[in-house]
Amino acid sequence: MLILVPSISAASLRAASSQAFPKRRLKRERTTDLSFQKTAAAAPCDRQASLTFLPFLFISMGSKEENGDGEMDQTVKKYLRGEAANLEGLQDKKLKGQLAIREELYGKSAKAAAKIEKWLLPSEGGYLEAEGIEKTWRIKQESIAREVDILSLRNQYDIVLPELGPYTIDFTPNGRYMAAAGRKGHLAVVDMKTLSLIKEIQVRETVRDVVYLHNELFFAAAQKKYPYIYNRDGTELHCLKEHGAVSRLQFLKNHFLLASINKFGQLHYQDVTMGEMVGNYRTGSGRTDAMQVNPFNGVVALGHSSGTVTMWKPTSAAPLVKMLCHPGPVSSLAFHPNGHLMATSGKEKKIKIWDLRKFEVIQTLSGHAKTLNFSQKGLLAAGTGSFVQILGDFSGSQNYSRYMSHSISKGYQVGKVLFRPYEDVLGIGHSMGWSSILIPGSGEPNFDSWVANPFETSKQRREKEVHSLLDKLPPETIMLDPTKVGTVRPARKKEKKPTKEEREAEMEAAVEAAKDTDIKKKTKGRNKPSKRAQRRKEIIDRAKRPFLEHWVEEQETFRKKQKTNMETEMPKSLQRFVRQKAT
Amino acid sequence: MKVKVISRSTDEFTRERSQDLQRVFRNFDPTLRTQEKAVEYVRALNAAKLDKIFARPFIGAMDGHRDSIKCMAKNPSYLKGIFSGSDDGDIRLWDIASRRTVCQFPGHQGAVQGLTVSTDGSILVSCGSDCTVRLWNVPGATLAVSDNLSDNSAKALAVYVWKNAFRAVDHQWDGDLFATAGAQVDIWNHNRSQPVNTFDWGTDTTISVRFNPGEPNILATSANDRSITLYDLRMSSPARKVIMRTKANSIAWNPMEPLNFTVANEDCNCYSYDARKLDEAKCVHKDHVSAVMDIDFSPTGREFVTGSYDRTVRIFQYNGGHSREIYHTKRMQRVFCVKYSSDASYVISGSDDTNLRLWKAKASEQLGVVLPREKKKHEYLEAVKNRYKHLPEVKRIVRHRHLPKPIYKAANLRRTMIEAERRKEQRRKAHSAPGSVVTESIRKRRIIKEVE
Repeated sequence: MLILVPSISAASLRAASSQAFPKRRLKRERTTDLSFQKTAAAAPCDRQASLTFLPFLFISMGSKEENGDGEMDQTVKKYLRGEAANLEGLQDKKLKGQLAIREELYGKSAKAAAKIEKWLLPSEGGYLEAEGIEKTWRIKQESIAREVDILSLRNQYDIVLPELGPYTIDFTPNGRYMAAAGRKGHLAVVDMKTLSLIKEIQVRETVRDVVYLHNELFFAAAQKKYPYIYNRDGTELHCLKEHGAVSRLQFLKNHFLLASINKFGQLHYQDVTMGEMVGNYRTGSGRTDAMQVNPFNGVVALGHSSGTVTMWKPTSAAPLVKMLCHPGPVSSLAFHPNGHLMATSGKEKKIKIWDLRKFEVIQTLSGHAKTLNFSQKGLLAAGTGSFVQILGDFSGSQNYSRYMSHSISKGYQVGKVLFRPYEDVLGIGHSMGWSSILIPGSGEPNFDSWVANPFETSKQRREKEVHSLLDKLPPETIMLDPTKVGTVRPARKKEKKPTKEEREAEMEAAVEAAKDTDIKKKTKGRNKPSKRAQRRKEIIDRAKRPFLEHWVEEQETFRKKQKTNMETEMPKSLQRFVRQKAT
Repeated sequence: MKVKVISRSTDEFTRERSQDLQRVFRNFDPTLRTQEKAVEYVRALNAAKLDKIFARPFIGAMDGHRDSIKCMAKNPSYLKGIFSGSDDGDIRLWDIASRRTVCQFPGHQGAVQGLTVSTDGSILVSCGSDCTVRLWNVPGATLAVSDNLSDNSAKALAVYVWKNAFRAVDHQWDGDLFATAGAQVDIWNHNRSQPVNTFDWGTDTTISVRFNPGEPNILATSANDRSITLYDLRMSSPARKVIMRTKANSIAWNPMEPLNFTVANEDCNCYSYDARKLDEAKCVHKDHVSAVMDIDFSPTGREFVTGSYDRTVRIFQYNGGHSREIYHTKRMQRVFCVKYSSDASYVISGSDDTNLRLWKAKASEQLGVVLPREKKKHEYLEAVKNRYKHLPEVKRIVRHRHLPKPIYKAANLRRTMIEAERRKEQRRKAHSAPGSVVTESIRKRRIIKEVE
């Protein structure tokens, strides 16, 4: 049942609640070939919940549609989240009909979503275009400042705090608040909208990293011996002693997990809701400063001094992926928000961009980066020394080229670059404080109030906290391909074993082939018929051997299996009476 | 140089006055919501658990009868009313909302075997083992519920005495005919003291009768000789008949697809038939462990409710092989009659323990006024649950029902027996000449023959 809404207004859009809209999964490789019948009912339905009550917004566009069709297709494809199920091989007619109807609905809803994106989103993204012989990477922040409005101008500033640096920063998921941590114990919480300092504290010991938990009320700081959790008022809430002397912290907001890597190379995952330690793994690759969560799937990546990047999930002690990325140490890494791209930088002055679907390097750029960060729109910031470079992918073919660059005052050392979500702003934490510069086109212009709202009221925040706790994901959902959740594993085809006759025939053939081989004539005395016969026998035996060995092996495994069967069938008390075979 | 950066003024994105609603902006971009599939799965799992927690289907019992309840009738023009007839000849009209007797209809000497209400809701027809058919005026909806029952007893409009005891009665849709089942099928007019028409096919007693909701002249009956017969009033003789291995206790037409009907069979199963094609059942609904006594379709035609001799009430999908829901209480005895309420949200069962019981059709449904947002949420959760229902954790929770021990054991026993039978059949097949043993599908196996 489709609800046709003739007049589109912002109000009708607003009325659609957070869950009302269809959710389609991103599916890059089709797993459902439907050759299996039993599970087919489940498998192809994995894309979308029922669509019956979705507020479809069909916009009558009439003849205006002819331009930008290709662009529209691209957007529709994004909302389709993968290819349609292949119904060709399906024999169950009823199921086939149901699935065909569902596929049609998916198509319609994707089209509606694409139209919404095209026509109804309130804001447009930022951009920076050069005219004439200008180059975008030569445009200075000062000249941008002359062009933009006064509100954006407030996002260009330097905070100079020479005593307590170098500084590292973190933003809340909605980009409203910033936490800054100076190496020498200075922790500050700043409201970025009003640019007012909410709280600052001095913890009087080394602070290596700071990270926000699920909202602006809590943040964790990696201090000299342990990480601590503070609230917005600067009150220390927890000391996480089990983590040890942590060098980097990351927060997985869907799972409410705080991940840390300490100076012994131990990776800890702690559930911040219940305080339970979910995982504690030794990476075995020493200490590292390069740690990043892949936002797409929640996998934690670590860059090691050996040049490898390892990816971890909290439920396995071995890394999911171990890839050799650089010949020297990995100095930093970053993930594209769509999860398909990873950027790594090595001490050998190379920045590499990797395709995480194939684990192949796409592009190698020269230049060192102490810190890397991807923006929401896919710009890559690389900071080294007192220089920050922004790379962009403008051809659409994942070919990153220079977009902007920025130099902070000479002698300042960039420690961390971080794009502010939903804003065209790059935050830079450096040895003399922190700065903020404008990078047009880096942020997502349209926020979703139910995902991250920069204008959140405290009531909305409270409500969101409850909702996100209800939707808290178990740590098992962290996997390389998160779209695999809820799918059915296709039935594996059994490899057919050759029958006894077939095997015998094969052996016969081998023996025949061996018989036919010519025996070299040997010198006198060694060429006697008896010797020749012996040699021939040897050749035949050699041809037979692999078959016989295989047969013996099979017998052995069969016997073993039988033995274990017998043992397990018997009650425990009687198992010792099972005859032990002399081996 | 052309440059634009995102700049949001607070005024544009927040409300103006505190009385206003908060402004909400949406962006459905999939990259903004990471791991949406896992989130949906968690929601589905939680929804399944919540459903289990809120599953409290029993609303209340209506007691007042002094003997077991044999039959019930819905009032088509009044949602809250339900008639029930018991073994001691008592007929009562109940107000479902207050669960009280509104009115009594005294007169029958023996058990009341059949009740039906005319489509306009004005005339109640009852018949019983005292060989009488009685017509009653249905009291208006305004009749107040009062404690003093003697005030509210109605007098019969007409009493028609006939030759034999009656077993069932059903009123025609959009007409003033009604049919009684007994030694034969009699068609009556409201105003005539004798049947206008009589059908007879075979010698055994007809035990149930039901008019087709779509075609007013067609009716289906079932008889003690295990037959299900279709009659057309425009013809002088019965139309078609199918004989099964066990008798059908009750028949219900699907109101939305009026060419399909479902019979409640003595062999614990219900069989859905297409009236045009009686040589094979469309669907076999299994799950009861004893004879199914009564069946009634939901007005939506998507579900039906059955009451069984095994003391349970079950709800089936119209095309589902197994029940969606089982209702039972410690005190509920053999269920003889069930009805789906006319708004498809309640189920009423009448049983041997002289009580009518009122159940919710959806066990965990929230009663009372549901706000639009709440409703949307329920629908969303229902959809995600449906989407992930094949996953083991969700499936386990959704499928689980607590069963009384006797039913659990009987179901196990039945399963063993069926399995043994199947195995035996398989072995017989394996050891006979190929093609000499033919396994018939369950949909055909219980049918002996079809007679034109």
